[in-house]
Amino acid sequence: MSTKVYAGTEVTVNDDGFFADARQWREEMAPEIAREAGIGTLTPQHWQVVKFMRHEYAEKGTGPSVRALSKTSGVSVKELYQLFPKGPAKLAAKIAGIPKPRGCI
Amino acid sequence: MIQQVVILGGGTAGTLTANRLQRETGGQTAITVVDRDNDHWYQPGLLFVPFGRARPGKIVRSRAQQLRPEIGYRQSPVEHVDVAGRRVHLENGAVLPYDVLVIATGAALLPGETDGLAEAMAQGKAFTFYEPAGAAALRDALAAFDGGRITVNVVDMPIKCPVAPIEFSLLADWYFRRRGIRDRVELTLVTPLDGAFTRPVASRELGGLLQAKGIGLVTEFNTGEVDADGRRLVSFDGREVGFDLAVVVPVHGGQAYVGRSPGLGDALGFVPADERTLQSKASPDIFVIGDAADLRSSKAGSVAHFEGEVLVRNIRSFLAGKPLAESYDGHANCFIESGFGKALLIDFNYDTEPLPGRFPGRAGLPLLKESRLNHLGKLGFQQFYWHVLLPGRDMPGLAAAMPRAGKHFPATADAGTVLTGSPRDE
Repeated sequence: MSTKVYAGTEVTVNDDGFFADARQWREEMAPEIAREAGIGTLTPQHWQVVKFMRHEYAEKGTGPSVRALSKTSGVSVKELYQLFPKGPAKLAAKIAGIPKPRGCI
Repeated sequence: MIQQVVILGGGTAGTLTANRLQRETGGQTAITVVDRDNDHWYQPGLLFVPFGRARPGKIVRSRAQQLRPEIGYRQSPVEHVDVAGRRVHLENGAVLPYDVLVIATGAALLPGETDGLAEAMAQGKAFTFYEPAGAAALRDALAAFDGGRITVNVVDMPIKCPVAPIEFSLLADWYFRRRGIRDRVELTLVTPLDGAFTRPVASRELGGLLQAKGIGLVTEFNTGEVDADGRRLVSFDGREVGFDLAVVVPVHGGQAYVGRSPGLGDALGFVPADERTLQSKASPDIFVIGDAADLRSSKAGSVAHFEGEVLVRNIRSFLAGKPLAESYDGHANCFIESGFGKALLIDFNYDTEPLPGRFPGRAGLPLLKESRLNHLGKLGFQQFYWHVLLPGRDMPGLAAAMPRAGKHFPATADAGTVLTGSPRDE
């Protein structure tokens, strides 16, 4: 665990940079997290996915997999990869300030 | 009053649940098992079919005949489950009311989810050994293969038996060495995971084994397209891996009826359940076991086996109006065939990753290490499957909860505490 400062506020993140506590996240932090991850501008489509990730996390306690994300959000897997290169589920979760989606064991 | 228990699925999970429940509650419950056909495949045997080491006809038996005689058997696909009305509608028109419903219909293969995969399979360029006809077709294709690139690809997780693609790669190495043409065959395993396996210690060991046998490993590859004409896999982020013969594990989902049953399943057709009690989140009178569940436990027969003991106890508690036991710990146990008459064994649960040591105690089988003994264990397992596991019998020394004795825990971790932090950190 370590800390980071986004939008002037200190937050706790784990070793991979995911928020330890989703309640510390504020919308204005998202663009800064995105820039660190190589996404210069958050478009309305990015925001749609980010908000969907927050919603899924609040409902189910974990972020969805890419395929589940695509099925429920209506954004195709291909588009998700264009929006969040190198792994939409992880990257969108990081920007949305929720813990890393738990995979299967 | 006799209580009605309907079990959807007559595979590993449904069969062992039905038999155990009948034995423990006979006279108080009427149990009906439903499946769309009467072919119970010994699925671990499919891995050996492509290499000519198992014949399809030898690994299939009647589903109905694996059930105790008191258990009813209905052969029909399921149309849908009426969760609120507590009834199952079958495609043959029958309607089955229930007091308790058990979902045990496993996972379906969905090649149509990946662009080009169905076409590549139809053209004989891509194969899957995850179903009997595919495994037999792959046997013929391997027999005719005399050199080139064989690419083993896991399209997405979760899949049944996450070690099977590793085993396939190791057995293919052995197969081509025996044929004397290993130097003409390039073997590569392409996976969406960041290593050979889902958990770090096993991933390292298995990755090392692949490397020692000259099998390539491409990680974090999310297959977007199988290009049959160009003979290449293309990932969603634009990377490519070529092949002359592709062995693909398609995307898995739940069965189609789950999607037709409002409120029952998730977006992928798996059924969400409490990971400790196995009660569904859809309704308290619905329970889920095996590959059909949306749990983070592995999709494997051993998981269904260990879940069965907890599930039957909880169904009995539910019918008696008592609280449920939160006792399923995610326990899984898998042999990993590595060729040359050897195998590894791994044993793990939600909190403890596969570790070296011995199973089920200090004098047991070696864990996470190649040995002849494990190979003999894997071979012997088929008889154990039909005669002990499916009948739902208790086995001395092999309980539902994962044994800790015999395992080598890292020095930093206390025995008795969670090793890997919160599950979400995985």
